[in-house]
Amino acid sequence: MALLQISEPGQAPDPHQRRIAVGIDLGTTHSLVAAVRHGVPECLPDEDGRAILPSAVRYTEGGGRQIGHAALAAQADDAENTVVSAKRFMGRTLADVAGHQRLPYRFVDQPGMVGVRTRDGVKTAVEVSAEILATLRFRAEDTFDDDLYGAVITVPAYFDDAQRQATKDAAQLAGLNVLRLINEPTAAAIAYGLDQGVEGLYAVYDLGGGTFDISLLRLARGVFEVVATGGDSALGGDDYDQRLASALLQRAGLKALEALSPRERRNVQTAARRGKEALSESTATTVSFEIDGQAHALEVTRAEFEAATAELTATTLRLLKRVLRDAKVSADAVQGVVMVGGSTRMPAVREAMATLFGRPPLTNLNPDEVVALGAAIQANALAGNTASGDLLLLDVTPLSLGLETMGGLVERVIERNSTIPTAKAQDFTTFKDGQTAMAVHVVQGERELVSECRSLARFELRGIPPMVAGAARIRVTFQVDADGLLSVGAKELTSGVEAAIVVKPSYGLTDEQVATMLKEGFATAESDMAARSLREAQVEAQRMVLATESALAADGDLLEAAERAAIDALVARVQATARDAGEPRAIEAAVEALAQGTEGFAAARMNRGIRDALAGRNVNEI
Amino acid sequence: MDDGLRRTSRPPEGANAAAHGAEASLSIRASDFELFGLPEQFAVDLARLDAKWKQLQGAAHPDRFATETAAAQRVAMQWAVRINEAYRRLKNPLARAAYLCSLHGVDLEAESNTAMPPAFLMQQMEWRDALSEAATLDAVDALADEVAASRDATLKSLQAQIDGAAHVDWRAVAGTVRGLMFVDRFMSDIDKRVDALS
Repeated sequence: MALLQISEPGQAPDPHQRRIAVGIDLGTTHSLVAAVRHGVPECLPDEDGRAILPSAVRYTEGGGRQIGHAALAAQADDAENTVVSAKRFMGRTLADVAGHQRLPYRFVDQPGMVGVRTRDGVKTAVEVSAEILATLRFRAEDTFDDDLYGAVITVPAYFDDAQRQATKDAAQLAGLNVLRLINEPTAAAIAYGLDQGVEGLYAVYDLGGGTFDISLLRLARGVFEVVATGGDSALGGDDYDQRLASALLQRAGLKALEALSPRERRNVQTAARRGKEALSESTATTVSFEIDGQAHALEVTRAEFEAATAELTATTLRLLKRVLRDAKVSADAVQGVVMVGGSTRMPAVREAMATLFGRPPLTNLNPDEVVALGAAIQANALAGNTASGDLLLLDVTPLSLGLETMGGLVERVIERNSTIPTAKAQDFTTFKDGQTAMAVHVVQGERELVSECRSLARFELRGIPPMVAGAARIRVTFQVDADGLLSVGAKELTSGVEAAIVVKPSYGLTDEQVATMLKEGFATAESDMAARSLREAQVEAQRMVLATESALAADGDLLEAAERAAIDALVARVQATARDAGEPRAIEAAVEALAQGTEGFAAARMNRGIRDALAGRNVNEI
Repeated sequence: MDDGLRRTSRPPEGANAAAHGAEASLSIRASDFELFGLPEQFAVDLARLDAKWKQLQGAAHPDRFATETAAAQRVAMQWAVRINEAYRRLKNPLARAAYLCSLHGVDLEAESNTAMPPAFLMQQMEWRDALSEAATLDAVDALADEVAASRDATLKSLQAQIDGAAHVDWRAVAGTVRGLMFVDRFMSDIDKRVDALS
C-alpha cells in the first residue's frame, strides 16, 4: 500500500523532489514519529506540542476511539476498554502473555493472536497498533501538509517472525508504506551517529516499558553489523511498577495487587510509576492511592525501591552477559554503551552499566526519543534523499529457524544471528514406503524440542510419487527477507512437486483478513475502499515508472535497441493504463508485466554494480 | 507420525542458486571464492573477506533499492542472499573446508560416515568424562581451553593438508573435517554447561 505524492496527469513530476519519509517508534508504553527536516532528525509534536503519544487506545460508547493522552487519562475509569501496552500481545496467544492474570482485560484466547473484548468488539494488538500508527501518520502528514512516501518502523531486536509480521500488518492497516522494519537498538545507535564515528563494538541497552533488548553492534565505516542480540520480550518498566506496587501493598498490610479491582489496580500501578520516576531524581518520595474508598500515602526510599526491583535489574545483567558470551567478547572490548528507553533513567540501571563496562553509558540524547530519531535517519536514506552509500545496515535474525523432524526434534535450518537477507535449504526424505505426503512444521527458537519452540506455520507437500522409504528427496528452502520475515518452500526433487507459503496464516493476518478489517469500519481508514485501492494502484504505477526511467537513465547503455524498445513499450502501457483504467487490477497487471519485463535489465545492472564494487569503485578497501 | 520429516545424509549444495535458478545470471552462480575474488584455498585473509563482503553488500543490499522497481528489488534480494551464503561459508573454517571438498567432488557424508580413528574416539570419551565431572566454572573453562587448543592444532594440520600438499587427498580432508564437527558439537555442550553454571 504505497502512499506518496502523485502528480496530476500531464504534469511532469520532479524526479529530484524530496520524498517525505518518517521513522516511527511503535513502543509498548509510548510511540513517536520523527523525520529529517533541514538535515536534522527531530520528533514531530502534536498540535499541543507533545512528541510522545501514549500507546493507549480507548474504545468509547458509540463506536468512537480516544488515542494517546485522552485514552490514558480515562484509563483508570475505563480500564477494560482502554488497551495499553498492546505491543505485548503482538503476534501472541494468551498463553504467551506473561502475567496476563494481573491485567484488567477480558482476554479472548483465539487462534493466531489473543484478543481483548472491548465494548466495540474483540480487538487484537494489530488493530490497536494500527490506530496508533494511523494517528502518527496523520500527524506527519499534517506537519508536512503532504502525503508520506513511506515509513521505517522499529521493532525490538528480540521480536520473532510472528511479532514482526503483526507489526507490518498493523502498518498496512494504517495505510503506511513500510520501507523497512529495523531493530530498535540499531536505530538508537544510528541516532547517536555511531556509524560515523569510531569503529568498534557497542552495546545498546534498551529497557523500555514492556521489553528489554540488548544488542551488540560492530560499526565500521558506513557498515552496521548486528553481532548478537538477546533480551526478554516481557520485561520492562511496567514490571518495576508492579514490583514496587506489590512491595508497598505488602508492607502496608493491604490487599495483594492481584486481589484489587481492575480500576484500583490501575490506580495503584500508576501511582507506583510516578513514585519510580520521582525516585530517579530524589532519594525518597510518597506514593498515594485509594483502595476501598480509603486514601493511602506511603513513604518509599530509593533504597527500598531498588531492593524490591534488584532481581529485575539482575536479570537484565544476566541477559547482557549472555549476549557478550554469544559474541565471544569480554565487557572491556565494548567501546560504549547506549542507553535507550525511559527506564534507563533509573540510577540503579546506570550504575550497573558503569560497573560492568568500567565507563559511564551514553545518555546525552533523550532516551525516549532516540529510537524514533534513528529510524527517521534510516527512512530518509532508504527514500533516496541522501547520497547513496551513506549508511548500510546489515542486520541479523534474532532466533534460529527450523523444522520438526521425527520424534518431535528440531532440525535447525537458519541459525540465529545469521545476516539477513538469507536463504538456506535442507534436504529430507520420506519415512515410509509409498508415502505421498509430508507435513512441514516450521518452528522458531533455540531449544531442541519442538514443544519448547514457537510454532510458526504448518503446511503439507502432497502428490509425492510413491517410492520406497528414503528414496524421495525433499528440499525445504527457508528465505528471510531484509525485514526479517520468513517464507518457506518445499519441493520433491525427483518429481518436481512443490508447495510454498509465506509464513503468515497461523500467526499473522491474511490479506483477506486485512481487507475485511478495513471494510468493517476501521475508524481511521478512508471510507471509500474502491477509491482508495484505485489511488494506491495509480501511485504504485507512477512509482514504478519513475524508478524504471531513472534506471534507464543510469544504465540504459546495457540494453540492445530491441530490449530498450520492449521496456519503453511496457512503460508506456503502464502510464496509459494508470491514466485510463478505472479499476486497480488492470493497473496492477501492467505494473507486474513491467516488473517481469525488466528482470533481465535489473540483473544486468546488478552485475555491473557488483563488478564495480569488487573493483573498489564504490567503497574503498579497508 | 508417519509423514514426518527425516533428514537425508546429503546436504544440498548451492541450494540458494537452485532455489532461484530460473532468474540467476552466470555470475550469481560463481563459486564463493570467485564471487569474493579470493584464491581457492583453505587459508583466508579474514580482513580482506570482511572488506569484500561489505563492498558487495554495499552494491547489492535491498536497502540500496528501496525506491527501485520490483524487479530490481527481487534481484537485490537474490544477490544479497547469495553474498551472505558465500560469506558465511568462507568465514567458518569447517564450512570452508567442506565446501572445498565439495568443489573437488568429495561428499562429507557427515551423517552417514561416523567411522573415526580409535585415538580420536578415546580423546572424545576422555573429554566427555571430564565435562561430566567438572563441577565448577573454572574446571569447565580449563577444559574449554584444552579443547580449543586441540581444535586450533587440527585446523593448522587441515591447512597443511589442503594448501601445503602437491596432491590433496580430499577424502582424508573430509575425515579431518568430520572430526572437527564432533569437536564443535562438544564445544557447544561446554557452552551449555557454562550457561548452567553461571
